[in-house]
Amino acid sequence: MASLDKKEESRPKFEITDGALLPTQGNNYLINAWKLTIIIAFGSLALLLFIVKEPYDKIFTVVIKGAPLTFSVTAGAILGSIFLGLFTGLGQIARTRIINLIAGVYVELIRGIPLLVQLIFIYFALGKFFKLDGLPAAIIALSICYGAYMGEIFRAGIQSIPKGQMEAALALGMTRSQAMRYIILPQTMKIILPAIGNEFIAMLKDSSLVSVIALRDILRRGREHVSRTFLSLETYAIVALVYLIITLVLSKLVAIMEDRMKQDVK
Amino acid sequence: MSNKNNPDRKVMVDIQNAEKDFGIVMALKGINLKVYEGEVVLIIGPSGSGKSTLLRSVNRLEALTGGQIFVDGDPLTGPDADIRKIREETGMVFQDFNLFPHKSVLENITLAPIKVKKKSVKEAKEQARKLLERVGLADREKSYPAQLSGGQKQRVAIARALAMEPKVMLFDEPTSALDPEMVKEVLDVMLDLAKEGMTMMVVSHEMGFAKAAADRVVFMDEGEIIEIAPPETLFNSPEEERTKKFLKHIL
Repeated sequence: MASLDKKEESRPKFEITDGALLPTQGNNYLINAWKLTIIIAFGSLALLLFIVKEPYDKIFTVVIKGAPLTFSVTAGAILGSIFLGLFTGLGQIARTRIINLIAGVYVELIRGIPLLVQLIFIYFALGKFFKLDGLPAAIIALSICYGAYMGEIFRAGIQSIPKGQMEAALALGMTRSQAMRYIILPQTMKIILPAIGNEFIAMLKDSSLVSVIALRDILRRGREHVSRTFLSLETYAIVALVYLIITLVLSKLVAIMEDRMKQDVK
Repeated sequence: MSNKNNPDRKVMVDIQNAEKDFGIVMALKGINLKVYEGEVVLIIGPSGSGKSTLLRSVNRLEALTGGQIFVDGDPLTGPDADIRKIREETGMVFQDFNLFPHKSVLENITLAPIKVKKKSVKEAKEQARKLLERVGLADREKSYPAQLSGGQKQRVAIARALAMEPKVMLFDEPTSALDPEMVKEVLDVMLDLAKEGMTMMVVSHEMGFAKAAADRVVFMDEGEIIEIAPPETLFNSPEEERTKKFLKHIL
């Protein structure tokens, strides 16, 4: 056995991982899917912008103007969906039957309708009754959509905490809400962080759907540019690369945050 | 200890005709038991006899389906029941410790005094340090539960329960999850507590502890109390057939 182990170790450290969304710290020393992808993404973008130049540099300056909006929508929707998700998750495990039902129906309803359809519907419904601007409407719509999925994550996370934790807190005289706040939820957050991280990344990509409701995000700017210049392939190539790079960077940030949290637990 | 044989001594836990129906099984079939102030009562019995259910009923982690329990005169169920007050007054120690893994040893102990009893942080910390010294873990206040051995965890759990200054301590198989060499350090802490006059209800099969500290031993089977006697009587000359049979298995 010993000789076999040695053979394994002396192999060159070149390995392709399964390309999980969240690279872990353990993978840092090897060339993993994440590194390979980001090299390809930056390489292609640099090639197009600095070597080929025309018409890509012009396209890039147009498209990147949409980035702030994409970020605002994503950041707003993240906060909104965590807030909604927390209450949905708590609602699903509440001991009052009616609250269970409300939270459950919300989740079933949202999961049963395509995101794009919900987004358009909520946008127009909100617009009809509340006279909202595009940006808050888009944030609210995305929050409602993602709140349901986030609720499921919270529910599963809370339920994964051993029953004894709640019992110990109650036995010390805490109320159920104190126990939730000081004992259950802090432990839940650590467990669900990777799942929430993946949800953030998915949300950033899905924020491109807001381009259908006249918000000038990255994709919308690209589409407008295509309608002016008919450079469809070139424009969408840049749009895709911009999204790819943002997503890869975000997924790395989530992974770093997750590692920090893991070290805290130890 | 001094008032053990005093007929006027105060009843600390008064269990009256307690019933617990789990639907499939009747876990408690009308239990009557009085635990007096300063008394140490050990509850033994085969698994499924209802001994843990009985203990967990005393601070309503299990809600009774019939009967009533009074803790220091306060009812546990009904319109006048103040369950939080009773839980503040009853400390509980669990088989698998249930320490809060995201909090340090000191925070585990100070959390409830600060949040429930509204003690100042300084006061709670001073008290926690005294308790840690008492259970022999003064040097571990900054550790996290994952860094402690089973015996150390259980001693922290006892300190955590004591920080609420309870009138009664409930121990639910406190040494069952421990490696044999760690049992003694936990029992020693419990023995000290008993000597100081704490009222204790203990579900455990530790015969050594029973003989050294228990005033009475309760033998339960199938949701009923079969026999109650001082330890030497119950272990050496039990009256009931079922008690004899059970003792044969564990002694």
